[in-house]
Amino acid sequence: MKKAIIDLQHLAKNFGDQTVLKDINLTVNTGEIVGLIGPSGAGKSTVIKVALGMEVADGGSAKVFDTALPNRQLLGRIGYMAQTDALYDSLSGRENLKFYGLMKGIAKADMEAAVQHVAEVVDLTDYLDKRVAGYSGGMMRRLSLAIALLGDPDLLILDEPTVGIDPALRRQIWAELGRLRDEGRSILITTHVMDEAELVDRVALLLDGKVMAFDEPGVLKYEYGVNSIEDVFLKAEGVE
Amino acid sequence: MRTIAIMNRVLKELFRDKRTLALMFVAPILVMLLMSVIFNTNSSTDVSVGTIGVTKSLNSEIDGIKHVSVKKYDTKTAANKALKDEKIDAIIKKNGNNYHLIYANTDSTKTAAVKMAFSNALTTTSVNKLKSALKKSTTATVKLQAQIQAIQKQQAAASTKGAATSTKATATNQSTKSSGQTTPKITNTYVYGDKNTGYFAKMLPILMGFFVFFFVFLISGMALLKERTTGTLDRLLATPVKRSSIVFGYMLSYGILAVMQTIVIVLTTVWLLGIEVVGSMASVVVINLLLALVALAFGILLSTFANSEFQMMQFIPLVVVPQIFFSGLIPLDSMASWIKGISYIIPLKYSGDAVAAIITRGTSLMDLGFDIGMLLLFLVVLTTLNIVGLRRYRKV
Repeated sequence: MKKAIIDLQHLAKNFGDQTVLKDINLTVNTGEIVGLIGPSGAGKSTVIKVALGMEVADGGSAKVFDTALPNRQLLGRIGYMAQTDALYDSLSGRENLKFYGLMKGIAKADMEAAVQHVAEVVDLTDYLDKRVAGYSGGMMRRLSLAIALLGDPDLLILDEPTVGIDPALRRQIWAELGRLRDEGRSILITTHVMDEAELVDRVALLLDGKVMAFDEPGVLKYEYGVNSIEDVFLKAEGVE
Repeated sequence: MRTIAIMNRVLKELFRDKRTLALMFVAPILVMLLMSVIFNTNSSTDVSVGTIGVTKSLNSEIDGIKHVSVKKYDTKTAANKALKDEKIDAIIKKNGNNYHLIYANTDSTKTAAVKMAFSNALTTTSVNKLKSALKKSTTATVKLQAQIQAIQKQQAAASTKGAATSTKATATNQSTKSSGQTTPKITNTYVYGDKNTGYFAKMLPILMGFFVFFFVFLISGMALLKERTTGTLDRLLATPVKRSSIVFGYMLSYGILAVMQTIVIVLTTVWLLGIEVVGSMASVVVINLLLALVALAFGILLSTFANSEFQMMQFIPLVVVPQIFFSGLIPLDSMASWIKGISYIIPLKYSGDAVAAIITRGTSLMDLGFDIGMLLLFLVVLTTLNIVGLRRYRKV
């Protein structure tokens, strides 16, 4: 039943002399949320870039949907949300959604329904015809998530989706992610917020370009003999 | 399909940015208008002309023309010295029936003014001469008629005498004719440059291209930079869109904008400045469209080397300003050959040459194969570099 959607094995990546990723082993299965945590500069964004095929690994193998990366066509099945909102300010929410929808290859006939659906998910239906420049920070974040959800992708890759979002909205987004997971989709998410790491199915601790630990949050806490993922993180980092 | 979607989006963004749009369309008109005012003022500059051995009537005729004053010189040396000292702008020297004109030509508008004044004065004096000659011949005819009447009265008596008078009258007529019809030969000499040094005529096609190049370069470069810094480029590349679709989408949208801008600029110059376009306006638009696409490709390419809008601005003195210097606005003939060599890699040179040929000589596009070919070469090379360059952001 469990099938690896993202399968990274012994992944290595250098930028010039700098080794960013040394030995990354990471899998994301169907119907699973995998959290990627680690300090700034640990290589979280690089892992995501490799998984999207924007960067090519220097060593090891990277496969998504059983296809070796990089592969342009695969991107149509992946919903990606970057750290920045990446929206066109002078366009309305609807125009943003339609544009990215066309880029993803959604047929014109299905566009209206697709836009309507994702707008409902993130609760932006009433603001779709307003220009993004007039949106609040939270609304922009929601629109950005809506764009990632366009076209019902089987795999979602979210780079810090809840940065700068108020608690109520954060809870709402996590509820939506949980619902998507239950539909059988796979989600890879990076986060800085440690209590969010408690909400994922499996958490990967990234440190110095290596996956230090990769298991269910409960198992990790037990293994490290601590009460929270934050403590696991600190212990792994050797701060204590 | 995706290319069209990108084109639509870029155009939508552009048309909602009213200020930038105004800059693209109003700024060139404003500058052109300013120039037209400045150049009109220039054309009524006061010029002074030195004359050597020119008839009194011609002298006073030239002196009588507005903004033109005459100084008489006895020797050529004195006149030459005055010309060198910039006391006079031109010398008119009479050699028998012919005229030799020497222009300082440091200011082409002054040269044009002297030429105009001289030819006007010459026409007026020759018309005057003609008039007086006509008067003479009319008087002669009246005399002749009187004589004929007298002859008719004394017909029988003095038949041989009448024949002699009529021969005399005919001779007078003939001499009038000959002095009125011989046009004096005019030789023109230029101290600086040549007769083609019409500054504004030369400047216009280059200036037109410059506006197109400058604005498209800057705005497209900024647009792609913004796309990169806000993360939309990354996000765009996280969809199955082809890299070439992005580049072509940008080219299409800015191509449309450039066509509109060129039409506005061409119409402005034709109507506002009254510049005569000998060739077809469509050809001018085609050349400028090509130039705009080159500018666009240039802007996109260089935007990858800039990290902020300010760094993009830094390319203006480095990339845009030299374009003007090497575009042919300043004659390159007298420059060192290595400097001339630089001009071959300046796109504005080719568009300037081509548009100048269309505007002043009415050359058709078919005969501008070299210039068009060079612009196309620029375009293909830069576009390829851009498509390959996007690999930096996505490896497929």
